Amino acid sequence: MYRYDEFDETIVRDRAKQFRGQVERRLSGELKEENFKPLRLQNGIYLQLHAYMLRVAIPYGQLSPVKLRQLAMIADTYDKGYGHFTTRQNIQYNWVALAEMPDVLDDLADVEMHAIQTSGNCIRNTTSDHLAGANADEIEDPRPWCEIIRQWSTFHPEFAHLPRKFKIAVTASPVDRAAVRVHDIGLQMMRNAAGEIGFEVIVGGGLGRSPYVGVTIREWVSKQDLLSYLEANMRVYNRHGRRDNKYKARIKILVNELGPDEYRRQVDEEFAAQNAWEKVILPQAEVERIAAYFASPEFETKPAVSDVLEAATKADPAFARWRKNNLRPHRVAGYASVHIALKQQGVAPGDATSDQMRAVADITERYALGDVRVAHEQDLVLPHVKLDDVPAVYAALKSVELASSNAGMASDIITCPGLDYCNLANARSISVSNEIQAVFADPVFEDEVGTLHINVSGCINACGHHHVGHIGVLGVDKKGEEFYQILFGGRADEKATIGSIAGPGLRHEEVAPAIRRVIEKYLSVRTAKTEKFIDTFARVGDSPFKEALYASA
Amino acid sequence: MPLLKSGKEVDDIWAFVEDGHELSPGGCMSVSLARFLSEHDVLLARNEAIGVRLQPNEDPGLLAPHLEHLHLIEVAFPKYTDGRGYSQAQLLRRRYGYKGEVRAIGHVLHDQLGLMVRAGIDAMVFESERAEAIYAEAVGELSEVYQASADGRDTAFVKRHQKSGEPKPGEKVS
Repeated sequence: MYRYDEFDETIVRDRAKQFRGQVERRLSGELKEENFKPLRLQNGIYLQLHAYMLRVAIPYGQLSPVKLRQLAMIADTYDKGYGHFTTRQNIQYNWVALAEMPDVLDDLADVEMHAIQTSGNCIRNTTSDHLAGANADEIEDPRPWCEIIRQWSTFHPEFAHLPRKFKIAVTASPVDRAAVRVHDIGLQMMRNAAGEIGFEVIVGGGLGRSPYVGVTIREWVSKQDLLSYLEANMRVYNRHGRRDNKYKARIKILVNELGPDEYRRQVDEEFAAQNAWEKVILPQAEVERIAAYFASPEFETKPAVSDVLEAATKADPAFARWRKNNLRPHRVAGYASVHIALKQQGVAPGDATSDQMRAVADITERYALGDVRVAHEQDLVLPHVKLDDVPAVYAALKSVELASSNAGMASDIITCPGLDYCNLANARSISVSNEIQAVFADPVFEDEVGTLHINVSGCINACGHHHVGHIGVLGVDKKGEEFYQILFGGRADEKATIGSIAGPGLRHEEVAPAIRRVIEKYLSVRTAKTEKFIDTFARVGDSPFKEALYASA
Repeated sequence: MPLLKSGKEVDDIWAFVEDGHELSPGGCMSVSLARFLSEHDVLLARNEAIGVRLQPNEDPGLLAPHLEHLHLIEVAFPKYTDGRGYSQAQLLRRRYGYKGEVRAIGHVLHDQLGLMVRAGIDAMVFESERAEAIYAEAVGELSEVYQASADGRDTAFVKRHQKSGEPKPGEKVS
C-alpha cells in the first residue's frame, strides 16, 4: 500500500490547516455560505437533509487496519457510531458538525487520509478494481497508476473549477469490476501490438440524468504519455464543456454534442500542441518508487486445495454457502479473495458500525496481510486470504454479523441513501431495497436464481446506479407520492449497457412482489441454471419480463 | 477597487475601452479580443501600451502572433466557479510564452488567489482591506505541489529525486 512521504504529508496537512481557516471564516460570518460552498465541497462536505455529511476519500478503495480503526474512531467520536461505504469506494459520515470537520481532517491526516476533492466540480477520487493485485486475469497491478493519478489530480491548478464533477476509474483486467465504461474517463490497461502495456482511454460514460456508455477515444496510450493525454482531455473539457446548464455540463454531453470524432480531433490537436515543458512526464525513478509500494506481498507456497477449508465446508452448510458465494479466485494457489457483503437484511446497504470496522481491521491484520478494500458494490473485500484461514475469517465475520452469504447475488443490492438522508432524493431507496432483499431471504431460492445485480436509486441522479443493474429500480415523485420505475438489461462490466425503463412506475409496496414475478418468469424461461438472468434477458428480450412485472398478483 | 500586482497593491494605470468608443490619444488601454484582431495595426501604431480583455469562451491562441506587443491580457471570471480563465492563463504562459501582465478581473475571491497564481495570473482586481495580507496567506497555503504549472514551482514528483546541485529535470526551457 502506498505510504505518504514528506511531500504528501505536507500537502494533506496544509490542506487541513487551510480548511480550518475557511471554517473559522464561515463560522464568524466573514465567508458567506454561497462562497463557502465550493470550498467545503472540495473538502468533501455536503449539506444534507438533516446535517452536514463528510465524504472521506479511500483512494482506489484500499485500506489498512490502522486506517479502518481510525475511520471507526471518527464514527464514534464525531458521528453516531457508523459509516457508509459508497459506490465510489469512499466512506461517508452523515452526522458530523461543521465546527468539528477540521478536527476530523486532522485525524484523517494522522493516518494518511483526506477528504480532498471527494465532491465539487473537480477530479474526484480515482477508483479501481477491488481485486487489483489479487486476481488472476489482470495484466498488471493498476494501483500504481491510480496513485499517480491521485497525486497529479490533487489541487491541480487548472482543473479545480470544471463545468462539473469528473470521475476517473482504472482497471487492468479484461473482466471489468471497476465500471470503467460508465466513468467520465475510464482507463483500461492493455497491451498494444508490440506487447507494451498502456491504456485504452474511454471517455464520456456516466449515469445520472443522461446515461451514456463511454466511447473509446484512444485505443492505446503509453504510460509515459498518460498524464499529458489526460491533461489534453481535461483542458478541452474545461474550456468547452457546457456551463449554462448543470445537467448538461458533464463531459458525456460534450462528447455527445461534438460527436466522438470531433472530440477526439480536439483532444489530439491539444495533445500535439503541448510543448516539451508542458508534458507531464514523471521521472522513471518516481514511477518505480510508487510502484514499489504495490509490490506483491510474500505468499506462502500452499496446495491449491485446503484440507481445513474442505472439512469446514463439509461440516457446516451455512459456511458452505457463504464460501460458494463470497470467495473469489486468487492468482496464487492456496489463497482466495473474500467478499464481506455489507448487505445484512434490514440494514442500510453499505453501512458498517464502528465495532464492525474494528472487527474487520483485526481480521485483516490477522488473516489478510493487512490489506482490505472497498468494492463499488458497497462491500468490503479481503483480497489476500489463505484458504486454510477462510473458516476462521468466516467465524470472526459472523460474530459481528458480517457473514452475509450474498456477495454478487440478488440481495447484494447497490442502493443510494435515498430520501432517508439525501436532499436530492425523490423517494426512499433503503426501504424498497430491504423489501427486495426479503424476496431472496430463502437461501435456497437465492442460490437457485444465481448471479443477479439489482441496483436501486432514489432519484434520477442515479447514485444507486440503477441504469447498470441487471434489474434497476428508480424512485420518482409523482404528485407527492413515491413511485418506482423498473429497468431491465443494464450492466456495468466490460459489456456495459444502459438498461431501459420497462413502463409505468409502481407503488412502493408493489415493487418487491413485481420483482418476484420477474424472477419467477426468469426461472421458467431460462435454458439452464448456468444461464444468468442477464443472459436470458439478452436471449429473449424484455417482453416476458415486462409482462410478469405488470401482471396483477 | 484595489489592484494587486505580484501581491502588492498598485495604482491601476489601465483603462478598458468598450467596443465602438474611441481610444484617447495617451494612456494604457485595453480592448476586446474582436476589436484587437480587427484593428491591431491601428492600435499598435498608437505607440502606447495596449492590452486585450479575453472573455471565458475566447481562444487565447488567436493572440499568439501579437503577444510581444501586448502589455496586458485580462482574463475574466464572471463567476469564480467558472474555471476557463485558468486554462487561458496556462495557455498564454506555457504554450505561447507570454511574459506581460495576466490580470484576473470579475469575481475574484480569497480562495481562488492561490490557484490563480499557480496558473500564471500575476495581477488581480481584488476587493479587500487586507488584500496584500490575504494574498500572502493564500499563496503560501500549499507549500508543496504535484503539478508543473505556469508559476514554475518544482513538483513533488521531481523534488523527490533531485540531488542538490543537479539541473532540474522538467525545468521549463523557453
